[in-house]
Formats: sequence, structure tokens, C-alpha cells
Amino acid sequence: MFKYLKQLTSLVAMVAVLFAFTTETMAAKKSKTLKNTQKKGFVRCGVSQGLPGFSNADAAGNWTGVDVDVCRAVAAAVLGDANKVKFTPLSAKERFTALTSGEIDILSRNTTWTLSRDADIGLTFVGVNFYDGQGFMVRKDSGITSTSQFKNGISACTNIGTTTELNMRDFFNSKGISYEPVAFEKADEVVAAYDSGRCDTYTTDKSGLAAQRTKMTNPNDHIVLPETISKEPLGPVVRQGDAVWEDIVRWSLNVMIEAEEYGINSTNADSMKTSDNPQIKRLVGSEGELGAAFGLDNDWSLRIIKQVGNYGESYKRNIADTGILPDRGPNQIWTKGGLLYVPPAR
Amino acid sequence: MKFKKILPQLLTLLFIVLIFGFFTMNAQENMDTRGIEFGFGFLKQEASFDIQFSLIDYDGSHSYARAYLVGLLNTLLVAFIGIILATLLGAVVGIARLSPNYLIKKTASFYIEFFRNIPLLLQIFFWYFAALRALPMPEDAPLLLNSSFMTIKGLYAPAPIWTNFNIFFITLIIAMILIFFFSRYAKKKQEIEGKQLPVLLISSTIFIGLPLLTFLIGGVDLSFSFPVIRQMSQSSYTFDGGFKIPPELIALTLALTLYTATFIAENVRAGIQGIGKGQKEAAASIGLTPSQVLKLVIMPQALRIIIPPTTNQYLNLTKNSSLAAAIAYPDLVLVFAGTAMMQTGKAIEIVGITMATYLTISLAISLLMNWYNKRIAIQEK
Repeated sequence: MFKYLKQLTSLVAMVAVLFAFTTETMAAKKSKTLKNTQKKGFVRCGVSQGLPGFSNADAAGNWTGVDVDVCRAVAAAVLGDANKVKFTPLSAKERFTALTSGEIDILSRNTTWTLSRDADIGLTFVGVNFYDGQGFMVRKDSGITSTSQFKNGISACTNIGTTTELNMRDFFNSKGISYEPVAFEKADEVVAAYDSGRCDTYTTDKSGLAAQRTKMTNPNDHIVLPETISKEPLGPVVRQGDAVWEDIVRWSLNVMIEAEEYGINSTNADSMKTSDNPQIKRLVGSEGELGAAFGLDNDWSLRIIKQVGNYGESYKRNIADTGILPDRGPNQIWTKGGLLYVPPAR
Repeated sequence: MKFKKILPQLLTLLFIVLIFGFFTMNAQENMDTRGIEFGFGFLKQEASFDIQFSLIDYDGSHSYARAYLVGLLNTLLVAFIGIILATLLGAVVGIARLSPNYLIKKTASFYIEFFRNIPLLLQIFFWYFAALRALPMPEDAPLLLNSSFMTIKGLYAPAPIWTNFNIFFITLIIAMILIFFFSRYAKKKQEIEGKQLPVLLISSTIFIGLPLLTFLIGGVDLSFSFPVIRQMSQSSYTFDGGFKIPPELIALTLALTLYTATFIAENVRAGIQGIGKGQKEAAASIGLTPSQVLKLVIMPQALRIIIPPTTNQYLNLTKNSSLAAAIAYPDLVLVFAGTAMMQTGKAIEIVGITMATYLTISLAISLLMNWYNKRIAIQEK
């Protein structure tokens, strides 16, 4: 009798192990990245080398910013803890190689979504977390208030390896102005060169200008011109070829945006479980089985909202309250006149 | 027996081939899953980005191949200027270190110890940010030599405008060929008859006189376009006309020269000290002046010691010039392995081309220096 019991328990254990194995790795089996992330216990995230409001490390090495929050949301969804992220600071030049070579699994580094990047170099853009456009910064005492006052021979500092370099050429060519492009590898050197007077203007995404202005010797001596010369939809990027991982990152971002749309934030998320609105209940995991589709439990989205907050909270904490861009402009929910419109999580 | 000897070599070869094969397959597979295609077709595509400083005609409507050429020429330019200046400075400082004058000797060794022991990248940043920041804005720049302006935006110098430059250039080459044959003739004459001709005087007369003649009779003419200041906005100015050298090139050349010259100076010192004291004393005893001793007796022998390690320094300087990317000098790394790689996403192809290019440049310098080294080596008879 005892002998049978022993056999039975081992059989049950075996079945249980087998079962646990199959359920837990159905999606993980499909996604090598998810499996590796769960095994390692942290999300590998590529960020900028320091762009206040987007991805910036403080003296203690804590990363903050709206780009950082995307990676934190994925960590909260996949690993249950928004702090389980390993950030890798990357220059504009290194970023895509780092992603395609597998050094990082998410690139969340104010990266513009373009056709050639999406289709040509083995990357997939999963969404837009900041609608931006390229602008120009000039010294206030130059008296320039519009790009129409630019004259031949203007020298423009910028970063290499960005869409900025291409837009700049298109812009100056269309205006028929001759210019001198001074392109550096790192943003800090661009700021230093422009600040010292090497260049007459500094051009990059307007959010970047607003953020870098805070690094100038006298931020108030500089103004960002009102003109926007390009569309720069910035968003997180993943490697091509892992559809499950791509979906996880896409929907982690979408949940943050949709949570704001439905008024769910980090403080009221738990109480929303008993809401009358089924869409709200789906977002906090008290209805439906949304997580199962990517092999996650049903609280994945609740964890994102509780630990990272909705998009509005992230924007306020990182960009508005730090004085970089208090006005949300196009980065407002569509119901409030902005461009943030994501497919429904259902 | 023979087979036993070959076997380990064969195995090593097989091992290396397998490793390379594995990496190639792996890269191929990874690129396939990510939908990246391997190929060099992008070189013909329009680059659509501009480059700040170019020796050849270039703008964004040219191809990536042309952008590569721009970067390559910029690298060669800074390496060429750097090697010449570092050699001159290195030779002077190296000789100065052996000077009997205490002040000269100590200054030289202080310079060497100081610049040799600070990382090059730091020096490049120093010259670019610290030293250039001290330069005036265009509107405050003083007039240098009645023609040029040194400003934070670069050095603006008069640009030569030639008419019939090719005639001038050909005459210059003819002059150089004449000098070559003349000095050979003079040397032979000295060997046979013991008579010394004033080689330097005659050579320089040919070198200056012949091209000058073309101005008088060849229809060659030279005028200059001087830089003229122009206001762009209430606070910013620029110069029109003239010839502009960007501050990035100046800072990079300065840093590379000052850094590499310290090593060359040490090579020169070692070379001179490597020649026996007896040589110097013997030369002095037959009545040669100190400068003649150096030029005719010490240096020809010292060069054999100096050349091989100095070749290394030339290679280092060329490779170190790739640090240009840090300060926006558009060299091969910044333009091609930087912007072009980013815009096309062809990482493997572009890094491969860039590596092959540096390898070719380095091998070319090596070959040239080895040839020179063989030429000055002692000919055993």
C-alpha cells in the first residue's frame, strides 16, 4: 500500500511538473526573449546617455523619464516588479546595433519611427510614447525669433546618427540657405560646443532642446524657435522576429495610455476592480483573460498601473513637473484634443 | 614523419576555419530572422546628409560611396599633417633633450613627460573645448598677418585664386626633378673631384625661380580672396570668402601632433644615444662643426635606430585620428562608421569596409617606411 502511495505521489508530482511546465511556457516557448527575461530576472533596456525627462540617471544611478517608464512597465508586467530593469545607456549611433545584436531587448531611447528603420534594419516599432518634431535653439541676444531670419553661413550643432541630420539638410536646402553642419557623437559635446559659441544654432527634437536647455550655463540665454520642421514620433523599439515580446511591449505602453483615458491611476487602480465599466475592469484585470495571450497572469496590467502609473502620471512626474515641457501639446489623450489614441485593450 | 609535422598545423587551420564558419553562419541566421539583408548596394544610394568639411565636391545628393571618400580623405589629411608636424617637432625636441643647455634640456623633457602621460582623448577634448573656448567670436577676432582671423568658428585665411594652375604645378614638378638630378650630379662630383657645390643655394634657386618664371611668361596668375566679416543676426557673425579651416581639424591636429611627437622625440634621443661616443669624437677631431657632426655622422647612423619604432608611431597616429568622432571632425569613423552606418543600418558591411580601410592605410605606411629603412640600412659589401 505504502509502495503504491509513493508511486502515486511521484506520478502526481511528475504530472504537476509537466503541467506547470506546459502552462508556464506556452507563450515563453514562442518567445525566446520572454523566456530569457524571466530566467535572468530583469528586463534589458537601452536608454539615452542622459536626456532629462526621457531617460536620465540621478547621482545615485536611479533612472527616471517617460522612456524609462516604458521599460519599467514591461518589467512590472513580465516580472512583477517595475524596478527589475537593467538600463544600458547608448549613443544614437550604438542604439540599433545594441538591439539587433541582442545586448538589449527593448530600445526606449527617444527614437524616431521611420519607414526605413522599421522595414530595413531588423527592428519593429511598437508604438509612440511621445509626439515630437525637430526645432532650433538660438541665443536670445541674436534677436532671432523665427527660422525665417536664418542667413547664409549659419553653423548648426547636432548629433550624428539621427533623423535630425537628414531633416536639417532638407530644411536648409528648401530655404536655399547655406549652412555648416557640426555633428558630434554624443549629446553632451553638442551642448558644450553650442554653449561655447561654436555654433549659431542647436537643432534636434524639440523635447530634446527643452531638456538640454537645462544643461546650458545660463538656460535663460537661449530660446527654442516656434517652427517645427519635421514629424518625430518617438517610441520604443524591439527586435524583429519575436512577435510575443513585441506584443508585450506594445500593450504595456498601450495600457498606460488607455488607463489615463479611463481615469485609472496608481492610487485608485485597486478600487477600480469593482467598477461598473467593463473596459476599466478589463484594464485592472478583474474581467477577461487578457494576460493569457502573452503567457502572463491576469494582473499584469494592474501591476503596470500601480507600480508605474498611467501615461499622464508619468508625463507629469518626468516632463511637466521638471519644467521641461509643462504643456502637453500633442501628447494629450485624444479625448482631450491630443494625439494619444491607442487600440482598445480587450 | 612529414605528416606528423603537418598534422598540428592542419588541425589548427581546420579549427580556425570552423570558428569563422560558425560565426558567419550564426550572423547569417540572426540576420535572416531579423530580416536584415547583406549587401553593398547601399553604397550607390543617395547619402542625403551633409558633411561639414570636405576636400572634394560633396553634398547630400551624392552617394554613400562618395561620403566614404570624403571621410577617407579627411582621415588621410589629418594623418598626413599630423605625421609631418609630429616628425619635425619630435626631431627638434629629441635633439633638444640632449642639448648641453640646461634650460632647453629640461623644457624638452618636461614637455615629453607631460604630454606623453595624459590620455590622448583627454588632450583632444582639452584642445577643442578649453583652448578653443578661449578664442574670440568672429566679431572680436584680431586681424592676423593682415589677412587672417582666428576665431572660435575656425581659422579664416585668404584663399588663393589661380589662373592656369596646371602650368604652375607642372613647372613645380619639373623643378623638383631637376633638383633631384642636380644633387646626384653634385654628389658624384664631390666623390670624384672632392669639390663641393653650393647644392642648397642652387636647388632653392631652381625651386623658387622656375615656378616664378611662369608668372612672367606662362600666363599664370595668383590673387587672393580675403575673408570679409558679415553680420548674420544681432549677435552672430561669419566670414565670407577666404579659406576656412574648421576648429575641429586644428584641435585634432594639435592634439595628435603634440602627443605623438613625444614618442618620436624619445625615439630620436634613443637613436642618437645609440651611436658610440667615439663616432662623435672622431668626427669632431677631423674638424667638423657640431652641426656637421650631427648631420653627416650621427644622424645617418641614428636613423637606422629611429625609423622602425617611429613607423609604429606613424601607424598609431593614423589610427588615433579616429578619435576625431568625439569632437565632430568628419573623419572616416564619424562620417562612414557613424552617420552612414546609422542611416543605412548596414553595420557588418560598413564596419568591415572601415576596418579594411584602416588596415590598408596602415600597411601602406608600413611598406613605405620599410622601403625607406632598407634604403638607409648599412649596405654590406
